[in-house]
Amino acid sequence: MSKPKLLILFSFLLLAVILIVLPHGLSYSQREILVFLTINILVVSSYRLLTLTGEWSLGHIVMMGVGAYGSALYTKELGVPVPISMVLGALTAGIIAWGLSFPLFRMKGFYFLIGSFAAGEIIRLLWKRFRDPFGGPKGIKRIDPFPDIDLGFVRIDFFDPVNYYYFALIIVVLCLVILWRIEKSMIGLTFHAVHWQDKLAESTGVNVRAYRTLALVISATFAGLAGTLLAHYIGTVNPNVFDIEQMVFVLTWAIVGGTTTIYGPIIGCIILTALNEIVLREMGLEQGRPLVYGLILIASVLFMPKGLEDVVKKVIDWIKLHVLTGRIKNV
Amino acid sequence: MIELLLQTGLNALFAAAYLSLVAVGLVLIFGVMGVINFAHGELFMLGAYVVVALYTNLQMPFFLVVAIGLIFVGLVGILMEMTMFHPLKDNPLGGLVASIGFLMVIQALIILGFGVRMEHVPPVTQDVIVISEKVRLPVQRLFVILSALVCLSALWLFLKRTKFGWALRASAQDPEAAMLQGISTRTVSIIALFIGAALAGVAGSVAAPVISISPVIGHSVIVSAFIVIIVGGIGSLEGAVLASATYAFIHTVITTFVDGVIADIVGLSLMLMVLIIKPTGMFGTQDRV
Repeated sequence: MSKPKLLILFSFLLLAVILIVLPHGLSYSQREILVFLTINILVVSSYRLLTLTGEWSLGHIVMMGVGAYGSALYTKELGVPVPISMVLGALTAGIIAWGLSFPLFRMKGFYFLIGSFAAGEIIRLLWKRFRDPFGGPKGIKRIDPFPDIDLGFVRIDFFDPVNYYYFALIIVVLCLVILWRIEKSMIGLTFHAVHWQDKLAESTGVNVRAYRTLALVISATFAGLAGTLLAHYIGTVNPNVFDIEQMVFVLTWAIVGGTTTIYGPIIGCIILTALNEIVLREMGLEQGRPLVYGLILIASVLFMPKGLEDVVKKVIDWIKLHVLTGRIKNV
Repeated sequence: MIELLLQTGLNALFAAAYLSLVAVGLVLIFGVMGVINFAHGELFMLGAYVVVALYTNLQMPFFLVVAIGLIFVGLVGILMEMTMFHPLKDNPLGGLVASIGFLMVIQALIILGFGVRMEHVPPVTQDVIVISEKVRLPVQRLFVILSALVCLSALWLFLKRTKFGWALRASAQDPEAAMLQGISTRTVSIIALFIGAALAGVAGSVAAPVISISPVIGHSVIVSAFIVIIVGGIGSLEGAVLASATYAFIHTVITTFVDGVIADIVGLSLMLMVLIIKPTGMFGTQDRV
């Protein structure tokens, strides 16, 4: 094997080891944050797929909510087993997004941003207004947890955040691989074309509208899946979990991280969550947390407009150069 | 029934008054800077807290405090222009995110200074204009309506009759052509931010004794303002005023006869419908995407 390939393999192995060992070095509340972080990585990565087509939505978090409410209702009202209801919840989010694409894709740019906010907020207010079946402002409580797995010699209890973290991690990594494959396929390339050259793409026979819809539906489906992961972990959903403030967090993760690479939003999500939940909390700035968070947001847009991913890119370039010069010396 | 409708109309007029001040400021900033100021609701909240600090706590005269609120929040607007919107003027999405950061900063500062609890501002006057037995207009609400009329007329005169106003309209229409005419677009954007922020501030200050004040009131204000500027046609000041009146009336009527959440749903559906049918809004003239 060549040296760079070995290096990549080694860094992936290192990453895997870190991800597996990580929860054991944390406190209980930090483990819970780790579970939410894992789920949020799926939310922000699916959000990025939509931004590939150039549209920024403010309704993405509600799509996550559709998945959560959907899965919760399927188990509670229809008695569907949890793993199946999670898949159904995710599909529901995709179908709702497909329905919404008809009004929303009459708009572009800023109008799409505001239109998606309106559509999402209407759905959220419907949850809030209708006690039957959505439970009103208090939402749905006592959602069935993910069932324990009994392997005979070992019993995996998903109430334990560490076990649920591993479960969520497997699902999220699988989804990230799928999202990555989509982006590298012809569909993904067409998304880029729709973003940067929509007139040209249209003139070469690409159905721009259909590809925008496809991006919206795929991203909503994965967001919905993230919602079901959340619902069956915390066991309760209510309209406030999916309000505009949460959406703002997703938006800032994506923008601070950068959206041109697949790892940009993930880095943004990890760094900002770690900063907000761990560093600022440890410093005891309970009420001052939004203050520091807001200042960092402003500073990062002002001084790092290309996002954190740009820093990572430079580091990777440096390593590449380093490895390359090393090879030249060997010759 | 007619009396109830009249009373609802008066309530709507009051809501329309402060909403139109906020929305007009938002439109003005968007027109000149091309950026949506997410922190605009917080400027309204800031205006209300100026009243809490100076009028409730320090017992200064109410109308002096309103004037201070206007200037103070206007200066905060200039601060936003200088620190965020000017450096980010080629990056509209960045400007939006920066304004979200600013929103969090203002909210946190107010919470640190005043706490999260609701503030009560004693009204300046308890007088009520009794139109009939069931139709009453508290004078405090009349103040809000009157100050909206005064501020909006002053703005209209400023925009249509002064050289600065002319320059401002020119750079909203076409910044490059305005620059070619020798207009300093930088000065114009500072003035626009001052006026836009000051209008939100004065709305918050003058409405403070009538509404319940908490550090999170900016949220509902900005959502209503978004609906209004979309329905009115983004970039159109007259549209914003007309849409404020329409929206406030519909929202108040539905809140009175059905309930608040349904009123919000109807408002948002109205916005969505306008976006679907005519994205430039009811009174918009040109597409500004």
